[in-house]
Amino acid sequence: MDAVQKQKLSIAACKIRMNIIEGTYQAKSGHPGGSLSIADTLAYLYFAKMNVDPNNPKWEDRDRLVLSKGHCAPGLYAALALRGYFDESEIKKLRKVGAMLQGHPDMKGTPGVDMSTGSLGQGISAACGMALSGKLSAKDYMVYAILGDGEVEEGQVWEAAMFAAHYQLDNLIAIIDRNGLQIDGKTTEVNSPEPITDKFAAFGWHVITMDAHDFDDIERAFDEASKISGQPVAIVQNSIKGKDVSFMENNVSWHGTAPNAEQYEQAMGELRAILADLEGK
Amino acid sequence: MADVVKKATRESYGEALASLGDKYENLVVLDADLAAATKTGIFKKKFPDRFFDCGIAEANMMGVAAGMATTGKIVFASSFAMFAAGRAFEIVRNSIGYPHINVKIGATHAGISVGEDGATHQCNEDIALMRTIPGMTVINPADDVEAKAAVEAAILHDGPVYLRFGRLAAPVFNNADTYRFELGKGITLREGNDIAIVATGLMVSEALTACNILKEQGISARVINIHTIKPLDTDIIVKAAKETGAIVTVEEHSVIGGLGSAVCDAVCAAYPVPVTKIGVQDTFGMSGPATELLKLYGLCADNIAAQAKKAFELKK
Repeated sequence: MDAVQKQKLSIAACKIRMNIIEGTYQAKSGHPGGSLSIADTLAYLYFAKMNVDPNNPKWEDRDRLVLSKGHCAPGLYAALALRGYFDESEIKKLRKVGAMLQGHPDMKGTPGVDMSTGSLGQGISAACGMALSGKLSAKDYMVYAILGDGEVEEGQVWEAAMFAAHYQLDNLIAIIDRNGLQIDGKTTEVNSPEPITDKFAAFGWHVITMDAHDFDDIERAFDEASKISGQPVAIVQNSIKGKDVSFMENNVSWHGTAPNAEQYEQAMGELRAILADLEGK
Repeated sequence: MADVVKKATRESYGEALASLGDKYENLVVLDADLAAATKTGIFKKKFPDRFFDCGIAEANMMGVAAGMATTGKIVFASSFAMFAAGRAFEIVRNSIGYPHINVKIGATHAGISVGEDGATHQCNEDIALMRTIPGMTVINPADDVEAKAAVEAAILHDGPVYLRFGRLAAPVFNNADTYRFELGKGITLREGNDIAIVATGLMVSEALTACNILKEQGISARVINIHTIKPLDTDIIVKAAKETGAIVTVEEHSVIGGLGSAVCDAVCAAYPVPVTKIGVQDTFGMSGPATELLKLYGLCADNIAAQAKKAFELKK
C-alpha cells in the first residue's frame, strides 16, 4: 500500500476510534473494546474496499457489511458517519431515547446499516442469505460479515459456516475479530473457540490470517480473499481489544464499559496525539 | 359427509408455492431437510433453481431467509412448527421481526394432529410465540381453499408472516370459486345469536359440525372462522360478544396464548362476556393416530357442542 493511502486510512481509523470513545462516553454505556479492535478493518472496508454510495445507501448493487458482532456498533456508526451516511452529531446521541443510533445496529433507522444485529451468531446467517441472493441474481456485489472470536461459540455460526461452504459462497468474506477476550475473560479460558482457523478450514472455507492493525497486511489479506473462487473466505484477524487507548488495550474490563470523564479525556488525548502525528502537525 | 373432499393444508401450501412461482419470479423457498413432509418439494421440483435446502439447521435458515429478503426476494422458510417457531424463535424475533423483514414462515405439522410422532413434534405453542412478536402477521388457514389463498395474501403483504399448516387431511368446506381471503378479517360461516363459536385452522370444520349438533338441540350458534390470529379482527369478535353474550374459542393449540387468549384480550377490553377456551389444556401431547388424539383432547365437534351448550346454559 502506498504511503498516501496508508496515511488516509490511518487517519480514518483514528477518527473512528475517537468517535467510538465519544459515543460510548456520551451514552455512558456501550462496547468500546471490541469496537476499537475492528477500527482499522472498518476504515479499510469503507474507505478502500467496499463499493458503496452513502447518498444511496439502499443501492441494490452495493457491497454489504453485516456487523454480526453487533455490540461493536459504535465502531460501525463512527465509520458510517465518517463516510458520510449521516451527520457526525448523531454519535453524541448514541443510545439515548429517540436517537437514530440504537445500542445495536438497526437497519430500519440507520442509513448504511445493512442488517439489524446484536444477538450473536445471527448476522453471519443473514450475510449468507445476501450472498446466496447475489449468486441467484447474478450480481457481483460482495458481502462482508464481522464476527467476534467469542461469537463463534454460538452454534448458529457453524450452521452458517456449513451452509456457506455448501453453496460455494465465494462472494462472502467473514472477518473474525480474534482479540482473545470475551465478557467473562480470555476466550481460551471461558469456552475456547480455538483453533478458529482450523475450524473454518475444516468447514470448507479458505482461511487467511491477518494483522488487524497493519494496513499492508490488511490489504494483502483482502487481495487474497478477492481471488478465491468456489468457497467462502474467513479472514481471522489478530487484533488488540481496546487498540490505541493505552488503558483499554488487552483489558477485558473494557468490553462493555464506558469511560468516565477523566478516562474520556485521557483516551481522547492519546488519540488526538496519534491523529496529530498522522497529519504531520 | 362421506363425499367431503379432504386435504392436508401442507399439501395446499406446497401446491400454492408451485403454482405461484411463475407469477412471482422473485419467490424463493427454503427448507430444512423436510421438503418431502412440508411439501415444498412440489415447488422444488418445478423451480429447482429457486429452492435451497438449508439442511437440519433452522436457526441459520431463518437468518438466510432474512438476508435474502433484504435484497428484494420474497422468501418462504419452511419447517415443522416446532422448529420454525420453537427452535428458531429468537432468530425469527431478532433477524426477521425486529427489522420487519419480508420473510414468510411456512410452518407445517402444527398441533397434536402430527399424531404418532408424539409430544416432541406436536407444537401447541407456536401461535402464542409468534403473536408476541411486534409486527408479525399470524395466519392459520382452515382448509385447502383458504390455505392457498393465504399463501398469495402473504406474498402480497409487505412484512413478516407466520403461516400455520397441518399434517392431517382436513375437510375442504370453502368454495374455491367464491372464496375471498382478506388478511385480518374473520369470516362468519353460520349466523346465530345464542352462542358464538370462534374457531381457527383445523377446528373450523369441527365447529361447523358442532353448529349442526347444537341446532338439533335448539341452540343457534354463530360460527366465526378466524384465519388471521394477528392482527385479530376485533370487530367481528366484539360484535359476537354483544349479540350472543358468550363465546367458545376452539384451536388446535395450547389454551395459553393462542386464539382463545387473543379473543379474551379483545372482549376484556371492549365488551366482557364469558369465554370458554377449547384447546390443549397446558399439557404435552402424546403418540397416537391424529383423529384419536383430537377426540382425546376434546378437539372435536362433540366436545365443542357440549362446551357451547354448557356456556349457553350458564348465560341464562
